[in-house]
Amino acid sequence: MKVLVPVKRVIDYNVKVRVKADGSGVDLANVKMSMNPFDEIAVEEAIRLKEAGKAEEVIAVSIGVKQAQETLRTALAMGADRAILIVATDDVHTDIEPLAVAKLLKAVIDEEQPGLVLCGKQAIDNDMNATGQMLAALTGWSQATFASEVKIEGDHAIVTREVDGGLQTIKVTMPAIVSVDLRLNEPRYASLPNIMKAKKKPLEEKTPADYGVDVAPRLQVVKTTEPETRKAGVMVRDVDTLVAKLKEAGAI
Amino acid sequence: MAVLLLAEVTDGQLNIDATSKAVTAAKALGDVTVLCAGASASAAGEAASKIDGVSKVLVAEDPSLGHRLAEPTAALIQGLAGDYSHIVAPATTDAKNVMPRVAALLDVMVISDISGVVDGDTFERPIYAGNAIQTVKSSDATKVLTVRTSTFDAAGQGGSAPVETISAAANPGLSEWLEDKVAASDRPELTSAGIVVSGGRGVGSEENFELIEKLADKLGAAVGASRAAVDSGYAPNDWQVGQTGKVVAPALYVAVGISGAIQHLAGMKDSKIIVAINKDEEAPIFQVADYGLVGDLFTLVPELIEKL
Ligand SMILES: Cc1cc2nc3c(=O)[nH]c(=O)nc-3n(C[C@H](O)[C@H](O)[C@H](O)COP(=O)(O)OP(=O)(O)OC[C@H]3O[C@@H](n4cnc5c(N)ncnc54)[C@H](O)[C@@H]3O)c2cc1C
Ligand SMILES: Nc1ncnc2c1ncn2[C@@H]1O[C@H](COP(=O)(O)O)[C@@H](O)[C@H]1O
Repeated sequence: MKVLVPVKRVIDYNVKVRVKADGSGVDLANVKMSMNPFDEIAVEEAIRLKEAGKAEEVIAVSIGVKQAQETLRTALAMGADRAILIVATDDVHTDIEPLAVAKLLKAVIDEEQPGLVLCGKQAIDNDMNATGQMLAALTGWSQATFASEVKIEGDHAIVTREVDGGLQTIKVTMPAIVSVDLRLNEPRYASLPNIMKAKKKPLEEKTPADYGVDVAPRLQVVKTTEPETRKAGVMVRDVDTLVAKLKEAGAI
Repeated sequence: MAVLLLAEVTDGQLNIDATSKAVTAAKALGDVTVLCAGASASAAGEAASKIDGVSKVLVAEDPSLGHRLAEPTAALIQGLAGDYSHIVAPATTDAKNVMPRVAALLDVMVISDISGVVDGDTFERPIYAGNAIQTVKSSDATKVLTVRTSTFDAAGQGGSAPVETISAAANPGLSEWLEDKVAASDRPELTSAGIVVSGGRGVGSEENFELIEKLADKLGAAVGASRAAVDSGYAPNDWQVGQTGKVVAPALYVAVGISGAIQHLAGMKDSKIIVAINKDEEAPIFQVADYGLVGDLFTLVPELIEKL
C-alpha cells in the first residue's frame, strides 16, 4: 500500500503574526516558515506504518509556492520516499483554498492509487479544518477525522477520534482519508545524514494545469484586520485582594 | 433566502446551547429550517421547534445517522441542499467533520468557524489562531458555514415551528461506529459555562489536577486544560481549550499554571474577565489577564478555595 501525505508550508507556529497595516493580509515576507505541525504528525504516522510493514511507500505532496520544496525536503528527511510539488502560485501571500487543494489531491490519487491518505486536521494559518473531509467527498472514500490512534487491519482501519464529548472509535473501509490530531504521535527530528540523503530523493514538480484543475478562489478576501486587543489588567497583591476585586466586578 | 441549519444532536438529545447560538447567526441570513438527524431525533426536533426564530424543523431518524458518521449525514444534507441558499451548523467537532464534506459534494468552499455575518455572502472569521480576523466574500451558489458559538448569543425560547419527518439518504456504508468514551460529569459543559477554571502544565500531575477541579466546583465552573496538561495526561482531551481545542468565552476564566501560548489564548481571550495564577511574573498570560496573581499555585489555589 502507498500512503499519501499532503504537507502544507505555513508560518512557523512560534512566529508572532503581524497583520499588514493596509488590511491586505498577514505579513509573510521574511518570516520563518515550517511544515504545518499536524502534517509532521501525519508524516511520522506514515513512516511508522512503513516501518511496521503496513505500507510500502510514503509520498509527500505539497501545493503552493515553489519554496514549499523545503517543506517536502523535510518530509523526505523524516523518511518519506518521494515528493510531489504542485506549484499553484508564485505569491507567498496567496493561500490555495481547501477545495482546490482537495481537487488536486484527488488528481494525484487517481494517478498514484494510494490505499491511505494521512493529512493534518487543520492548517494553522487559515484554520479551515476542511481539506481531508473535502477530499473524502471527492473520492467517495471513508473519512476519519481528528485521529489520536490509527490501526490498519487489512481492508479496514480502526481509528480513535478526538471529539467534543471525549473519544470516539470508528471502523472505516479502506482506502480511507484520515486527518490526524496532536496526540497521535510525537514526530521525529530528521538526522543530519537523513537530511543529506533527502536531497537525492525524487521530487517531482507539477502545476495545476497538468491535472486540469482550476484553483481560482471561491472566497474573495475583502480585508484582514487585527483582533480587538484586551486592555492590560492589574496585578493583585494576594488572594484577599483577588476575591475582593472579583466581587466588585460581579464575577462571583 | 432560506437557511438549513444542522442541529447538534447527541444520542437523541438536542444541544440547545450550541444550536441556539447558531440559530442567532443563521437568522441574519434568512428563514431558518433546523435539521435534527439521529438514530432517534424526534425529541431533539421538538426541542428545536421551540427555539425562537426557527421557522421549520426537519427530523430524520435512521440507525445510520446515530453516531453522526460523516458519510450518511453529509449524504442526507446533500439531498436537501437544493432548497437552501445557506447551510449552517455550530462549529462542533461533529459539524467540522460533516460540513466540509457537504461543501465538497456541492462543489463549494466551506467557510469554517465564522465569528461574524456581514451580509448574505460576506463573513468574518478568525485565522492564525485568532491573531487576525479575515472578512471573506463568497461567490459560491450555496454557502456552507460553521459558526463559532462563543461569539453569538443563544436565541431564546418561545418558538413553535412545525416539525416534519423526512427519510435518511442511502447509507454509503463506508464507516461503522464502534465505541464512545465519554466521561460523565455533573459539571457545566465547557463551551456554555459561565465560569471556566483551567489548569496547565504547572499543575504537575493528574492527582494535583483535583485542586483545579475543587476550585471549579467551588465556583460552579467547568474545567478546562492547556494542551500541555492534556498531552501529559493530567486531563482528558475534551477539556483542551485553544486553537485546536474548544473555544470558550465565559464571564470568568481562571488560568492556573498556564503560560499563555498564543494557541491557548486563541481559545479563551474573548472571556469577559480573565484571572491568571502563575509563579512566573513574566508569563504572557498576564498580558491578557484582568487580574494577575503571582505565586505558587499550590498555596494560592487552596487559599482561594477557602476564601470564596
Ligand atoms: C499546532 C499547535 C496547536 C496547539 N493547540 C493548542 C491548544 O489548542 N491549546 C493549548 O493550550 N495549547 C496548544 N498548543 C500548545 C501551546 O503552544 C503551548 O505549548 C501550551 O499551551 C502550553 O501549555 P501550558 O501553558 O500549560 O504549559 P507551559 O507553557 O509549560 O506553562 C506552564 C506554566 O505554569 C507555571 N507554573 C509552573 N509551576 C507552577 C506553580 N507551582 N505555581 C504557579 N505556576 C506554575 C509556569 O510558570 C508556566 O508559566 C498548540 C501547539 C501547536 C504547535
Ligand atoms: N496547500 C496544501 N498543500 C498540501 N497539503 C495541504 C495544503 N492545504 C491543506 N493541506 C492538508 O490539509 C490539512 C488541513 O488543512 P486545512 O483544511 O487548510 O485546515 C493540512 O494539515 C494538510 O495536510
